[in-house]
Amino acid sequence: MLTVTGLCKTFPGVRALSDVDFTARAGEVHALVGENGAGKSTLIKVLTGVYQPDAGELAYDGSPVRFATPLAAQQAGISTIYQEVNLVPLMSVARNLFLGREPRGRLGLIDFRRMHREARETLRGLGVEVDVRRPLRELGVGTQQMVALARAVAVDARVVVMDEPTSSLEPREVRTLFGVIRTLRDRGIAVVYVSHRMDELYEICDAVTVLRDGRVVHTGQLAGLERLKLVSLMLGREVGEVRAEGLTKFSGTHDAAAQPVLEATGLTVRHQLAGVSLSLRPGEVVGLGGLLGSGRSETAKAVAGALPLDDGGVVVAGVPVRPGSTAAAIRAGISLLPEDRKSEGIVPGLSVRENIALAALPGLSRFGLVDDARIDRIVDTFMKRLRIKAAGPHQKVGELSGGNQQKVLLARWLALHPKVLLLDEPTRGIDVGAKAEVQALVDELADDGLAVLLISSDPEELIEGSDRVIVLKDGAVVRELTGDEVTEDGLLRAIAAEPGRPAEPTRLAPPAATPTAAPASPPAAGPAETSAGDSDG
Amino acid sequence: MAELSFTQGTLDRARLLRLSQEYGVYAGVVVLLLFNFVFTANFASAENFRTQAVQVAPVLIVALGMALAIGTEGVDLSVGSVMALSTSLLSLYLGYGPWVATLIALVGGALIGVANGALVAFVGVQPIVATLALMVAARGLALVLLPQLKDVRDPGMAALGSGDVLGVPYLVLIAAALALLVAFAVRRTTFGRQLLAIGDSRPAARLAGLPVRRVLVVVYVCSGVLAAVAGVLATARLTASDPTSLGTLMELSAITAVVVGGTPLSGGRVRIGGTVAGAVLIQLLTTTLVKHDLPPSWTQIAQAVVIVGAVYAARERGKR
Amino acid sequence: MTTGTEETVVRAETAAVSGDDPPGARRSERLSAVAQQHGALVTLAVVVVAASLGFDTFLTGDNLENMALSSAFLAVVALGMTFVIVTGGIDLSVGSLFALGGVLAAWGSQYGTVVALLLPLVVCGLVGLVNGLLIARSGLAPFIVTLASMLGARGVLLALTDEGSRTYLVDKGSFFADLGQGAPLGIGVPVWITVALFVLGAVVLRRTRFGQYVYAVGGNEDAAALMGAPVARTKVGVYTLSGVCAGLAGALNAAWLVSGVTILGSGMELEAISAVVIGGSLLTGGFGYLSGTLVGVALLKVIQNVINQIGSLDSAYQQVVSGAFLAVVVIAQTWLGRRQRVL
Repeated sequence: MLTVTGLCKTFPGVRALSDVDFTARAGEVHALVGENGAGKSTLIKVLTGVYQPDAGELAYDGSPVRFATPLAAQQAGISTIYQEVNLVPLMSVARNLFLGREPRGRLGLIDFRRMHREARETLRGLGVEVDVRRPLRELGVGTQQMVALARAVAVDARVVVMDEPTSSLEPREVRTLFGVIRTLRDRGIAVVYVSHRMDELYEICDAVTVLRDGRVVHTGQLAGLERLKLVSLMLGREVGEVRAEGLTKFSGTHDAAAQPVLEATGLTVRHQLAGVSLSLRPGEVVGLGGLLGSGRSETAKAVAGALPLDDGGVVVAGVPVRPGSTAAAIRAGISLLPEDRKSEGIVPGLSVRENIALAALPGLSRFGLVDDARIDRIVDTFMKRLRIKAAGPHQKVGELSGGNQQKVLLARWLALHPKVLLLDEPTRGIDVGAKAEVQALVDELADDGLAVLLISSDPEELIEGSDRVIVLKDGAVVRELTGDEVTEDGLLRAIAAEPGRPAEPTRLAPPAATPTAAPASPPAAGPAETSAGDSDG
Repeated sequence: MAELSFTQGTLDRARLLRLSQEYGVYAGVVVLLLFNFVFTANFASAENFRTQAVQVAPVLIVALGMALAIGTEGVDLSVGSVMALSTSLLSLYLGYGPWVATLIALVGGALIGVANGALVAFVGVQPIVATLALMVAARGLALVLLPQLKDVRDPGMAALGSGDVLGVPYLVLIAAALALLVAFAVRRTTFGRQLLAIGDSRPAARLAGLPVRRVLVVVYVCSGVLAAVAGVLATARLTASDPTSLGTLMELSAITAVVVGGTPLSGGRVRIGGTVAGAVLIQLLTTTLVKHDLPPSWTQIAQAVVIVGAVYAARERGKR
Repeated sequence: MTTGTEETVVRAETAAVSGDDPPGARRSERLSAVAQQHGALVTLAVVVVAASLGFDTFLTGDNLENMALSSAFLAVVALGMTFVIVTGGIDLSVGSLFALGGVLAAWGSQYGTVVALLLPLVVCGLVGLVNGLLIARSGLAPFIVTLASMLGARGVLLALTDEGSRTYLVDKGSFFADLGQGAPLGIGVPVWITVALFVLGAVVLRRTRFGQYVYAVGGNEDAAALMGAPVARTKVGVYTLSGVCAGLAGALNAAWLVSGVTILGSGMELEAISAVVIGGSLLTGGFGYLSGTLVGVALLKVIQNVINQIGSLDSAYQQVVSGAFLAVVVIAQTWLGRRQRVL
């Protein structure tokens, strides 16, 4: 139905897709998987006309095509269902369904009776019963997804691309959605399904294509492909493959103190985290593993006060931190290096100097006046220590390379002398040299007595960098790897484990399967079940 | 600006655009000055320059506050009404002496600023809408307090309006001092750095633990107080309080000065030097047209064209 | 703290069972929607009842006729403004265009009624078109574009009238003057025209494809574009419409006053915006009714009338009241909107 061959797409400095072949067949649900930066979203955007390919062929229904705009692709019959519903929330269900192609009666006026009737019938055909006159936003997210789907089908879509459609759905809504997807498949529509949830992939998809670093590493039928194999394809690590010598710049283990400096208990954020507990001790690097969407970044943000908690709390050095306030978390000594460096980390228009000094400003000024001499000293120290390559302290951060931007952010936090450093994908999108430097730095910081939480989708970095690894899945801790278990093998197995059936006997029951199990009393009470890992080091 | 782009059309377009954004306003001021030196009779006199400077002072002071608001990716449409409110308060409380009356006028401006800031920072209303509501309410309040024009007969105020030091009017000195103060605040204080960071990238500022809400409220309070100062000074110069017409369209003049001066509407950058030059540019444009016997209507049309041109030129910045 | 936890769990469960949303949330949401739509109407009823009890002169034919006439011009301006605000934009140029329309109509009336009507419509429509093109095609901020054209239109107006010193008069016996002065069935022609325009406008907004696009663009511009709505054309359309409405209101006003008065119209943009917002339209776009706008206009004018009746109060209170009203409505909308979004 829709075929791409030899597709290449380059962005300034990044090769997003190189020589990608992909085929979506009629009557087939095709899974598209890969970690962040693998090129999934770029591929989808090329398929749907958002981006133009640099090289390669796009063939639709056997003949070569080129979509100049998303609208052109849509008119040709390729519809996309995005993660966030792309409809007009304030308009009624029927109006959304029929926007731009309303049935019209005499005088060219819209025939609402017919429109409502047809809308009801279309939705009923997909197994959805709603009052089509209600505004869309009054419906649950799942039902909204159905309406988006119904619209896609109603405009005679022959290819439907779904980008993580289940990320904010309740389990029951997922069931309905899958029912609809099966209906579509039986009608001979080609479905491209992007998701990170293993269980869903195996339930709904027929075929799979795995992308890694902009290349197709595997394509074929899903049935018969082992979970473990799929995970190792996504992460680019063979099971059992143990390298004699690591490629990362991490040294061995660290000497951790006995008392944890940070304890987080039962962190719960609706749809995102279900009772995550963890503790960090000074001088150790704790890895946070799991696939994309498992709640890694959310955990870091929740600890740093950047996500409003529904339940749970964070204690630093025995003192509870006021939840939901980044300022309070920073005062308590928690620093977060966010995953999205460009939009949440750097302030692109300000200089290297201003960016480094930003968070520490109140401490670097007297009566609100900035103490330039002190800032210069600190900036100078960190630019040398972290080897930040810039034309000078006054160059705009937006003009630096990714690696140097990351170092500027690290410097910003180190200038605050934090107790706990949360690093979310610290080496993503930066060149090899800078990567090694950042990794060495993380080691050095842990040796200096900082507690470090390291998030990485690169298993090698995670394993070699961490003293122990906490594995997340669907917003909950499923496994904690300590001591000898901290191997890539162990990590892959923990990630691929099917629900309810751990791949290996675990020492630790998955904590906080029910949110209410976490003590709701002031979080000063120590976490009983998560202090595992005491045995190592 | 237009002259430049005609003669150097062959230059790299993007670079030219950046140059015109950075220095176009200064070039415009120089071109207008040269034009007037050559073609306008009685332009190059100390008396004329004094008049020009006195006329530009209130606009400039309001524009300083506006530059701060625009730097946070906001805008303050209430400034004209705040000027009216401050002139009403001033003449109402003049009985207690000029200092007390001025202080009360400034407090009034600050309160409007608090209301604006609270709506923007805590309730989350868009800045345009929040300040629009206060624009209506503050003008009404001004008219309630002082229904019609009233002469201000106070020796202190008169001295403020027409006195000078070594030939430089008080008004100009105050405006210059405030411009330096605001420039200093933007460059050298914690507040200034935080303001720019918030305007440039609010998520990053929030994650860096900056007091985003507090900074926003302070910005709108500054804008309110500066507008109130402008109101007091304008009253002193006119020796009358006229809450009906004082400050009408002031928000537009201030925005024009800021935007023409190269401060992008998308926030993250505040150019005080450019804002001063922008205010001067508009004043010179008006003078040029007036001195060449073109009616005021032309001035308004010219100003409309200049502001659309400036925003259009700055548009590329927002798209990067 | 414990109860809070339980509540979250219970709500999550109901949500999972009922599928779309917790019934409690839906009820409060319905309530807030009702408040949003009919709050202005209830307030209007209360004010009218209070005023007719308080002043003998309120519920008289003359007074009502006066209010209806003075509402008519604002209502026509607010009609165009409603379209603009539903797309999520704002038009600050209408006050100037209202004045400009009046002067053009008065000047044109010497060449006959057709010129007197067409000239303001065409000129003000062109200004609106330019506004729309700058906003939709060049991506400039609506408030700054229309603020500039407010200034520009006033400049044109002054240039036309010898810097405001000249007033064009309308011949009292002409058909054009009858448009303003006539009163079939005891109700002024401008009121009839306004009612007709609102009916027509409501049909366009609710029953045509263009109307659907207006809502879609305001509700979610990106989604509307992806769904194939002509976003730029819709925006150009609403700003042009707003210009035409302002010009027409100005022309009718000139016919009523039998002269083109240059000082009118300043502050009218704020009155119109207030009326639209008080009438329940969201300034963020995507939601609004013309009937609400009509109620908003009536409410503003009745309050004005009451303040005038009190006599001891200055008419400036009108501005304080409508400014405060606007602030309250906007705060309420933001608050309601936030509650509705948190599902």
